[in-house]
Amino acid sequence: MSETRYTKDHEYIRVEGDVGIVGITDFAQGQLGDVVFVELPQAGKVVAKGAEAAVVESVKAASEVYAPVSGEVVDVNGAIEGQPGLVNEDPAGKGWFLKIKIKDKAELSELMDEAAYQAFVSSCS
Amino acid sequence: MTDASDNAPLAVTPLHALHRAAGARMVPFAGYDMPVQYPDGILTEHLHTREKAGLFDVSHMGQAFLSGTNVIARFETLVPGDIASLAQGRIRYTQLLNAEGGILDDMMVTRLSDDRLFLVVNAACKHQDFAHIARALPDLKLDILNTRALIALQGPLASAVLSKLLPGVELMPFMSAKNLAHNDVELYISRSGYTGEDGYEISVPDAQAESFAQTLLADARVKWIGLGARDSLRLEAGLCLYGHDIDTTTTPIEGNLIWSISKRRRAEGGFPGASHVQKHMAEGAPRKRVGLALDGKAPAREGAEIADSTGAIVGRVTSGGFAPSLQKPIAMGYVDAAHAALGTELNLIVRGKPLPARVVAFPFVPTRYYRGP
Repeated sequence: MSETRYTKDHEYIRVEGDVGIVGITDFAQGQLGDVVFVELPQAGKVVAKGAEAAVVESVKAASEVYAPVSGEVVDVNGAIEGQPGLVNEDPAGKGWFLKIKIKDKAELSELMDEAAYQAFVSSCS
Repeated sequence: MTDASDNAPLAVTPLHALHRAAGARMVPFAGYDMPVQYPDGILTEHLHTREKAGLFDVSHMGQAFLSGTNVIARFETLVPGDIASLAQGRIRYTQLLNAEGGILDDMMVTRLSDDRLFLVVNAACKHQDFAHIARALPDLKLDILNTRALIALQGPLASAVLSKLLPGVELMPFMSAKNLAHNDVELYISRSGYTGEDGYEISVPDAQAESFAQTLLADARVKWIGLGARDSLRLEAGLCLYGHDIDTTTTPIEGNLIWSISKRRRAEGGFPGASHVQKHMAEGAPRKRVGLALDGKAPAREGAEIADSTGAIVGRVTSGGFAPSLQKPIAMGYVDAAHAALGTELNLIVRGKPLPARVVAFPFVPTRYYRGP
């Protein structure tokens, strides 16, 4: 069983055991438009909750991807460096950005669950 | 700049309802609620324009007639472009200059007759441009066209599409203009654009704008294109965006626009700031707008600093992004004269990291204007 949580900056973190898979939501990719470049951190980088973890660029603009929780980056999705369009096509699947070994699971409770995030998105659009 | 403040109501163009119906994402631009992209997205819209024909609403731009005795010579006192040598029905790209030779706006000028010009200026500058022209040339008559839309049809199939409705437009050479009637409506047609492709800009009365746009869109080769792709297309063509790549602090020489000033006007001067511009021509400008091709995949955007091989800052990026037709990032910006030569290796500083780039010639993507049969 995995559980997905969301930030107000439209990142998701899908929790699988001690690791969270981080990406941007379908709403976020739609707002960004065609993704043309991503910059991923090195595995091993330690990030604090809310700190910049990656960069995603559309034709129009560059945006930061923030770490939803604190922890160590244990893996990154090299596929989206070669095919940035995967972030648009399958943001929750093949378009993931990185995996974080979660330092403190209590931080997850500060994030939105699916229902709260959907309500939040409705208020954004 | 005269962008509307955040709480001012946005103006709309006569094509606003069509954009909404087409599913456009609207953004504030120069005081207007304008389509930045349609559901296909910027990449698809960009490539469609390069392959077929893109339809752009540019009704926010300023259109005016300037007429009166000696209008040619009088208008030349405001711009460095050679209007006197322009044949009737031909168009010139030029710039309104200030007393320091800085660029107040860039514009298209059509010579309709010996006593009448047609002007098209940027949306964000139009009110101040027209006030400036009226103030400087009180002896002439400036008719601002507030009830005409402006539509651009751009791309390699633009001519085939438009000539179905208006036979003969396929023979118009690049930078020429013609007035033609369509269903008893007078259209001002210019073979010009802002994409590097062949194409037209068509001035149509507000009341007929929607039906004319729908007639064009009925052709399967034509799709709406938003401001997002308009920007990526003009960047690939090496064309300046006013307020970004050129402004009141840049002369046409610094802006790499010397090609738009004829030999006669370079020698004679007679335009605002001529001594500054002539000094830049004689001694070389201290800085120059150049094209920058990046080696990697990360784009550099407006504001990025430009460093030489020692790390010294030698300039700044004024426009940059991903070039859909080249599938790589490109940029333009100002660099010190010593670093402006083609092939110079520079670094663009993005998020604290140096991105290797080289100075390259404009345009980034070859232009495909129609020069005549």
